[in-house]
Amino acid sequence: MDYRTDRQRVQGLGTAKEGTGHWWSQRLTSIALIPLTLFFIFPFANALGGDFETVRAVYGHPFHAIVAILFIIVTAIHLQQGLQVVIEDYVHSRAILPLALVANTALAWALGLTGVFAVAKIAFAA
Amino acid sequence: MADVNRGTRPLSPHLTIYRPQINSAMSIFNRITGVGLTLGFLLGIWWFMGLAGRPERFRIVDDFLTGWFGGLILILSMVALWYHFFCGVRHLVNDAGYFLELENIRYTSIAVLAATGLMSVITLAVALVGG
Repeated sequence: MDYRTDRQRVQGLGTAKEGTGHWWSQRLTSIALIPLTLFFIFPFANALGGDFETVRAVYGHPFHAIVAILFIIVTAIHLQQGLQVVIEDYVHSRAILPLALVANTALAWALGLTGVFAVAKIAFAA
Repeated sequence: MADVNRGTRPLSPHLTIYRPQINSAMSIFNRITGVGLTLGFLLGIWWFMGLAGRPERFRIVDDFLTGWFGGLILILSMVALWYHFFCGVRHLVNDAGYFLELENIRYTSIAVLAATGLMSVITLAVALVGG
């Protein structure tokens, strides 16, 4: 039983005004992160604590560089989406909520782009 | 009929009167690990920035992250990552409509915890082999 009118269904997309878009997008980044995490985490764990030249050579390799960049980008998006839901659930102040959401988006972009910049710099220097 | 109790009725479901269950605990820990992993992600980005710079810079960052304090944070992040990973996979399976029966939820919860432990040990081994 759907209590919404046809007009509401077409126009509003519910109280969040975006229908299931956010939810669905979060599922997609989750699925993408399954292979990306598996490909990223082991070379990363292995490289930690290594000497500079060896580790540079690892991330100078196109495969590891591309996997790292994809992992960083999708993780940044997934992080933004996840923290957004947490903020929307727990921040009740009308004044703080938009600030927190903007800060969250800014954090995700800053972390993501810094990471991509670092890996790209390493890969292009190799 | 007059509603004499209006305003004093218990609200439901209310966390404080809810008996903790493994599925609710698993769900809140998925959220807690997700929020906590922000720190792990930040430290990982910091490490890559160190690697992108001079060798002396990288040594400082890498020594901190493999020292007792940084290492502890990274190990906790790594366990949190695998938990969030497998809990997330289970959420996707549940979203698709599978294993939603109470008994199956208990089994898959245990499977998530076991997989988290196993992958954490493997990852730690890989990290220690790398030095």
